[in-house]
Amino acid sequence: MRFTLEIWRQKNAQDEGRFEVYEVDGISPNTSFLEMLDILNERLIKEGKEPVAFDHDCREGICGSCGLFINGRAHGPLPNITTCRLYMRHFKDGERIVIEPFRAKPFPVIKDLVVDRSALDRIIQKGGYISVNTGSAPDANSIPIPKAVADRAFDYATCIGCGACVAACKNASAMLFVAAKVSHLAMLPQGQPERRQRVKRMVAQMDSEGFGHCSNTGACAVECPAKIPLSAIAQLQRDYIWANLTPDLYAR
Amino acid sequence: MRTTVEPVSWLHTSVGRKIIMAATGVFLMTFLVVHLAGNLLLLRADGGAAFNAYAEFMSTNPFIRVLEVFLFAGFVIHIYQGIYFISREKKSRPKGYALNNAGANSSIFSRTMRLSAIVVLVFLIVHLRHFFVEHRLLGSPYTMYDLCKAAFENPWYSLFYVVSMVLLGFHLAHGFYSSFQTLGLILNRRIEAVIKWAGAAFALGVPLGFAIIPLYFLVKTF
Repeated sequence: MRFTLEIWRQKNAQDEGRFEVYEVDGISPNTSFLEMLDILNERLIKEGKEPVAFDHDCREGICGSCGLFINGRAHGPLPNITTCRLYMRHFKDGERIVIEPFRAKPFPVIKDLVVDRSALDRIIQKGGYISVNTGSAPDANSIPIPKAVADRAFDYATCIGCGACVAACKNASAMLFVAAKVSHLAMLPQGQPERRQRVKRMVAQMDSEGFGHCSNTGACAVECPAKIPLSAIAQLQRDYIWANLTPDLYAR
Repeated sequence: MRTTVEPVSWLHTSVGRKIIMAATGVFLMTFLVVHLAGNLLLLRADGGAAFNAYAEFMSTNPFIRVLEVFLFAGFVIHIYQGIYFISREKKSRPKGYALNNAGANSSIFSRTMRLSAIVVLVFLIVHLRHFFVEHRLLGSPYTMYDLCKAAFENPWYSLFYVVSMVLLGFHLAHGFYSSFQTLGLILNRRIEAVIKWAGAAFALGVPLGFAIIPLYFLVKTF
């Protein structure tokens, strides 16, 4: 298969950046999108040119590194996948493919298609944890949790922090990401001690990082590779209202 | 920004502002229902007697007058938060995408809230000038029914009215569902399905109910 690639090239954070056009030919339909970029990069290296910088790690859809904005969508034309699980057979032969980095103020471009997503880590540091006593490991299932609740908590826990929700959102909001963590821990008994604080602190940090507001368009959930449902956002809203409107019985 | 900037209050965060938006939105939607119910009296073939009595009641009843203050406050707050969100739009994504296929992952209604809001706001201003200011503040010698009749028999005004109602439908098509989601009331899939269905019915039914009235007056002139 043959493709015309329009790729965002940017030397560093200070550089203005521009699109450059590359032709690739002889690509097997079963080449993954990232492998196609590898093939292009090998050629660029042989030609003595700078290869295209892009994030990638596990290449099996679990790490969330490979954040690319392809043909106007986060992680390309298919819903709920990572870029590494996108194959060239999902494109038409001869198609023009526009590849851009994730765009958001809290995601500054480091180089080409690589962006700094540590803003998400700083939000997690503010409340995405639980307190446990050190010592011997507790027995498994010593705290009974109904299966349905455990399943729901796990659904929210599967967020891989790829940032596709931010990239796809028209307001560059990180609500789905924040809501996944808030909801995951809100479901479980281990998450209760910090529950009230968590939602307040994570929302404050989300705003401080410069992420936009959520307007419930639902674009995030369509692009999310972990299929985090919008019910996470409803849960965050409930926790936020509850934490701010009801008195904290345990406050001194 | 790396450090947390503590919000002035919980209602000043993006989530808090969204809750204000949703709460005032729900309040304004209840107003729409009351307003529509009154307007439908215009369709009674009694020369406007019922409608004029209703207009008289609405402008003199002390309970309604108090509610009116809340209604104005609801509008002002809803519009203020909207303007705040519009002013923030560019800040969270200073450099946009060269190619953005947003149609693949979200509805047109959710992406055009700004446009529909602006059209409905312009409509609101013209509408208030035409009826509220004329009748209540300037003490027009004409009855409410006569004012409506004169306005709706003007095809340009009726066209403007109908177009505005279409955009109001757009606004409600996303706003109805969105406000329930923001208030955390969508607890499970079944409630979600009910809210989405009710939202579609509301967004279609209410603007249609309003739009029938100018069309009725317009058709009668022929």
